[in-house]
Amino acid sequence: MHTAPKLDFSAPDGAVLETPRLTLALSAEAKADATPGHQRRPTSDASQATPAQLAPAMPALLPVQRIAAWLRGALPGVLMTALSLGLFIAFWYFATKYRWDIYIRFTNIPSPGDVLANAANLVHSDKFYHNMWVSLRRILLGFGIATGLGVTFGLLIGQYRFARGLLLPIFEVLRPIPAIAWVPMAIMLWPSNETSIVFITFLGSFFPILLNTIHGVNSVDAVLVRAGRCLGANELALLRQVILPAALPHIFAGLTIGMGVAWVSLIAAEMISGQFGIGYFTWEAYSLIQYADIAIGMIVIGMLGLACSGGIRLLGNLLMPWLPAHANRGRA
Amino acid sequence: MIPLVNKDSTTGHIRIEHLGVRFGRNSSAVEAVSDVSMEVMPGEFVSVIGPSGCGKSTLLNVVAGFVQPSVGTATVDGKNTDKPGADRGMVFQQYSLFPWLTVRKNVEFGLKQQGMDGSHRQQAARTLLGLAGLLAFENHYPEQLSGGMKQRVGIVRALATSPQVLLMDEPFGALDAQTRVVMQQILTNMWQRFRISVLFITHDIDESIFLSDRVYVMTSRPGLIKAEITIPLPRPRTPDMASTPEYLAIKHHLRKLISEESLKAMGGELKDGGLGGFTIEVGPHGVTELI
Repeated sequence: MHTAPKLDFSAPDGAVLETPRLTLALSAEAKADATPGHQRRPTSDASQATPAQLAPAMPALLPVQRIAAWLRGALPGVLMTALSLGLFIAFWYFATKYRWDIYIRFTNIPSPGDVLANAANLVHSDKFYHNMWVSLRRILLGFGIATGLGVTFGLLIGQYRFARGLLLPIFEVLRPIPAIAWVPMAIMLWPSNETSIVFITFLGSFFPILLNTIHGVNSVDAVLVRAGRCLGANELALLRQVILPAALPHIFAGLTIGMGVAWVSLIAAEMISGQFGIGYFTWEAYSLIQYADIAIGMIVIGMLGLACSGGIRLLGNLLMPWLPAHANRGRA
Repeated sequence: MIPLVNKDSTTGHIRIEHLGVRFGRNSSAVEAVSDVSMEVMPGEFVSVIGPSGCGKSTLLNVVAGFVQPSVGTATVDGKNTDKPGADRGMVFQQYSLFPWLTVRKNVEFGLKQQGMDGSHRQQAARTLLGLAGLLAFENHYPEQLSGGMKQRVGIVRALATSPQVLLMDEPFGALDAQTRVVMQQILTNMWQRFRISVLFITHDIDESIFLSDRVYVMTSRPGLIKAEITIPLPRPRTPDMASTPEYLAIKHHLRKLISEESLKAMGGELKDGGLGGFTIEVGPHGVTELI
C-alpha cells in the first residue's frame, strides 16, 4: 500500500475543515510515513473519516416521497399489529364456533359475532350510557379526592418530620389492606351505597398517590430548596412553588398507578354492592344469562381505563412542559 | 424598583467574629471552622481560598444562614445571619435554577416572594436579563442552556432582589477554563455596576486574584484564617495582567501558602519530612498539582 499518495489525497479534503483537524490528520499521516517499513496503523487513517463528514446534506424530499418513506417505516408495524389482533379474534371465533371443551370450556362463551350484534343494539340504549357515566363519575370523584388528599398529605409527610411521625404510622397500618376488603366496612360507614363505592375507589388510588408524592418530596434536590429560601420564600411558598413542582414527575407516576388501581377497586365494588355502573352491568349480564353483554362490559371497562390513563398522561405533558419527554412526545 | 443604579455603599457590611463551627457531638465532633474573624466592607469583593475540605463553604453557609455557628457571630449590617433571606443573594456551585420555570420566571422568583406584581416583575427580570445578554433566552427552560448560561442566570436571579451582599460558593467550578474566564469578566462587570459586596469561595488561585480586592487564605481542618492578602492590581483588570511581575508575585505567594495547606491536608508535614521521611520542597512549580 502506498502511503504517500494517500497523504496527497487527504489534503484537499481536509482543507475544507477547520485547521486544527487538518493539522492533526496530517501529522498523524506524517508520523506513520516517517517510520520506514512500518505497517500503517488503522488509527492513523484519519483521512478516511474526512470524506464522510464532508458528504453533502441529504436533498430535500418531496411530500409524496416522505409519505412513502413513512409508510415503509410504519407499515410492517401496522401489519404485525393487525395480524396479532386478527389471530386473537380468529382463535375466539373458532373456539366459540366449535364450542371447544378441553378442560377450559367455550361452551357458553359468546362469539365475536354475538358481541358485535349486541353492541349494535346497546349503542342506542340510554341505560348503557347511564351505566358508563355513573362509573366515570365514581372514578372522577374517588380519584379526584384521592389526588387532593394524597398529594397534600404526601407533601406534608415528605417535608415535615412532625407530620411524618404523626400520620405515616396510620397509613402504614391501613395500606396493606386491599380496597376491596373494605366493602362490608364501607357499607356500614357511609350513608349510601353510592358514597361507599366512591370511598372504595378513593382508597384504591390514595396509597399509590400518597407514597409517590412522599418519594417525590424526598428526592427533591436540596440545592433547589436552599435557593428558594435564599430568594426569600416562606414555608408555604417553598411548599407550593419549589417542592410541589419539583416532585411533580413523581406525583404523576403515582397518579398513573393510582388510576389503574382506582378502576380495579371500582369494578370490584360495583360487582359486589353496586347499582348501576359498568361493573354492575357486567355482573348483571351474567345473572341475566346475557353472555354477550359480559364481553361488551369488559371491553368498555378496558377502553375507559385506557382513556383515563391517556388523560393523565396528557395532563402531565401540559403541566410539565420542561421535561425532555415532552419534546419527544410527537415521535414516541 | 429596578436595581440598576449603584446602591449607596454603606450597606453590605459582612462581619465575622471568632466564628467556630463544630459538626456532631462530644468526642466525634468535627471542627469545620475555628476562630475565624474576617470582614467584607460595603462594595468590596473578597475571596476565601483554601484546599478542599477546609471549611470555606461552611463559612459561607453561616453567612447565608444555613449553618448555625457553635461560637462567635456572623452579621450583615449588624444583623445576625441566623436564617436565610433575600438580603443575601447566593450563587451555588451546582446549577440551582428551577427546572420547571423559564429563565425569566427563575429571575422573577425572588421578586414574586416580595409581592411585586406580575408586570413589574417581568419588566425587572427582562432588564436584568438584557444586562447579562440573556434576553433572547428568557423563555427557554434551564435544561436548554449551556453551563455558563445557567450560571449567568443564577447570578442574575440572585441579584434581582437587590441583596446587600452576594455569596458565591465556587460558582464557576463546574465550567471549562474558557467559559470560566468569560464568566469572571461578566461577574466583575456586574459587581462594578451594582456596587454590591461579594464573598466569593474558590480554590482557584488565578480566579481569586483576578476578581478580588482582598483574599483570605484558609488552613485545612480545622479551618482558620492563615493569611489575608490585599490585591493591589488596578481595575479594570484584563487577562493580560496575568503576566505582569506584580501578578506573578501575588500568585507565587498564594500558591506557596496553599501548597503547604494541601500537603498538610493529605497527611504530610513540610518541615519534618512527614511523608515517609522524605523532605518535600515547595518551589514555584512544586506540589501545586496536589491542590
